Amino acid sequence: MARTTDSTDERSTDRASTGANDSVVSLEDVRVHFDETGLIDGLRGEDETVRAVDGVSIDIPENEIIALVGESGCGKTTLGKVAVGLQRPTSGTVTYRGQDIWDAKEGNGDPAIPYPEIREALQIIHQDPGSSLNPNRTVLTSLLVPLKLTEPELGPNQREQRVYQLLEYLGMKPSEDYAHRYPHQLSGGEQQRVVLGRALLMSPDVILADEAVSALDVSLRVEMMDLMHDLQSVFDTSFVFVSHDFANARYFAGTVGGKIGVMYLGELVEFGPAEEVIRDPQHPYTKVLSWATPTLDPDLAAEESMDPPVREIDIPDPIDPPSGCRFHTRCPEARAVCETTTPELVATDTDRQTACFRMDETHEYWDSQPITGGNDG
Amino acid sequence: MNETSIHSTRSSTSSETIFEVEDITVEFGMDRGTSRVVDNVSMEIERNEIIGIVGESGSGKSMFASTLLDAVEEPGQVTGTVTYYPEDGEPVDVLDLDEKALRTFRWEEVAMVDQGAMDSFNPTMDIETHFKETLIAHGSDVDGGMEHARELLTELYLDPDRVLGAYPHELSGGMQQRTLIALSLVLKPDVIVMDEPTGALDLLMQRSITGLIAQLHERYGITILFITHDLPLIADLADRIAVMYAFEFVELGPAYDVLKHAAHPYTRALLKAVPNTMTPLEEMAPIEGDSPDPVSVPQGCSYHPRCPLATSKCRETDPGFHDVDTARTAACFHWERSAAAVSYTLSGPNEH
Repeated sequence: MARTTDSTDERSTDRASTGANDSVVSLEDVRVHFDETGLIDGLRGEDETVRAVDGVSIDIPENEIIALVGESGCGKTTLGKVAVGLQRPTSGTVTYRGQDIWDAKEGNGDPAIPYPEIREALQIIHQDPGSSLNPNRTVLTSLLVPLKLTEPELGPNQREQRVYQLLEYLGMKPSEDYAHRYPHQLSGGEQQRVVLGRALLMSPDVILADEAVSALDVSLRVEMMDLMHDLQSVFDTSFVFVSHDFANARYFAGTVGGKIGVMYLGELVEFGPAEEVIRDPQHPYTKVLSWATPTLDPDLAAEESMDPPVREIDIPDPIDPPSGCRFHTRCPEARAVCETTTPELVATDTDRQTACFRMDETHEYWDSQPITGGNDG
Repeated sequence: MNETSIHSTRSSTSSETIFEVEDITVEFGMDRGTSRVVDNVSMEIERNEIIGIVGESGSGKSMFASTLLDAVEEPGQVTGTVTYYPEDGEPVDVLDLDEKALRTFRWEEVAMVDQGAMDSFNPTMDIETHFKETLIAHGSDVDGGMEHARELLTELYLDPDRVLGAYPHELSGGMQQRTLIALSLVLKPDVIVMDEPTGALDLLMQRSITGLIAQLHERYGITILFITHDLPLIADLADRIAVMYAFEFVELGPAYDVLKHAAHPYTRALLKAVPNTMTPLEEMAPIEGDSPDPVSVPQGCSYHPRCPLATSKCRETDPGFHDVDTARTAACFHWERSAAAVSYTLSGPNEH
């Protein structure tokens, strides 16, 4: 379970948060375990549970940007989906302004906030914008649908004008031309703008942007992220930005004072202000991601090792994650204690948290035997 | 193209040409006109170099690579010549090879790796059979070849016993991609063309694979063409970088110089627009404007509508190549003023 042991302010520091109390969405000790046991495995008595997310607590304040980074299968997308109510946690809670989302959905108790309102407030944009737009609908039709829902009092002409305004805002000019196009007549970047626009028409509080710029050319990513920032300030939206790319996460979160959360095999291993996490990574896994992000400057690159700072290149199977610290099988700093004991996410600085014994100068780790070996040793 | 040809800019006098591409154009007939996706491109690739070819999607880089293997699919029309110079023997006119000769050429001389490893494997065949069938089809010694295959897999941090016995779907994406690289090398080609070979992979696997590619290059002396939109990926890998914009090369030179002192305004704008972890955030900015449509490329310099240095000359005349120094060339009339017009920083003042 990811919890800090800082005792100065128990209420606000025992979780990945900014310390602000105005959370829109709160995740409390969330676990998502997928049962992948097939018929044959079941007959053999084999348990095939994938622990996609395993004990994560995180707060998403108003107007915040949180980037979740990690390798495929680390649980970042699943965690993001829990945060916007698209994935039910197998244990733990997720609340929207204090209301449990799944209680509201199922009508348990007397929800303070009705589920449709929560549903509108939490939106998602996917990696592949092409597949989330209906190929038989023009841009205009796609954008009118949510507008009818959120602004039922508007007349048809007013709604259409609203769509044109939005398209201009999204940089799609002439807007009347774009409005009458079908998705296949748009570039990937333009499709992504339409998807973003459609999400914003719901006036959401939180948007999950799942690898939202990864499919774009590197040369177009900054422009897309700038647009998302502009819209964030206009619409007062928080973003959960899921990415396997450290450089994108840094730009998206770093330029607006957001946070980066690093995930490994279902757990949050480091959390803090984007630039601090990038400039001074504390967890050995964060250092690996930093190494994996190529630098453009050939002088700096020449100083870097071509060998990855891991003992194993391949990620372990999330069905059977390693004991103790899950990173110990690949960690270049691993010692015997890491095989048996799980490090908790502890506050290492005012608003930083890291789950590694190395952050504690007095930990028994320092007297423990180093682990060596592995393919890349 | 004007009188200063890209041919005059070889990086060193001792280098030897392995591929010579002359006046290559690739066109597709479309309803709304002819789409010219490679526009009169000439360049030389040197034996044993790693050359990175960088450009946005749709800039023509993959199509350029396809011409090297005469792999442009119908209805694409290729004109120009591609000459391959084997280590021993006569030069090969690649676009003139018959089907049988082309098949031999494609695996034994020049191999191709693209990003869709899964599509390159037969799902009903285990990995060992893939290697054996490849060796048999090319009349190679199977035992010796399999021994080489095991060496290659080991060098790519794979366990040969496990991988050879597996079916493609039993391997992770990163393992499939490394296996595909090993398979492409099993017939000991002299050149390997990699088109976004790590595109579908995680950062760590991407970076590990580029490191492994560098090692294989060193060990076997293979010439490598690495094609990508992801400039940082080749920054530390390539000996030379060729930048493509709007279906032609706009800058070519040693990687260090192209990155540190880019001459073409597009290269400079691209370096400013690429997210990375070292550049101060406030220094990053998108490239203004849109990439051109292959059906109607702007007249003159194709970059002029987006270029802060554009003059009436640029709107009317194709700049052709201008030598920046003996090893580098840029297709820009005003390259000497580009540094002042488009500034960029690769790393922050606090770094080192």
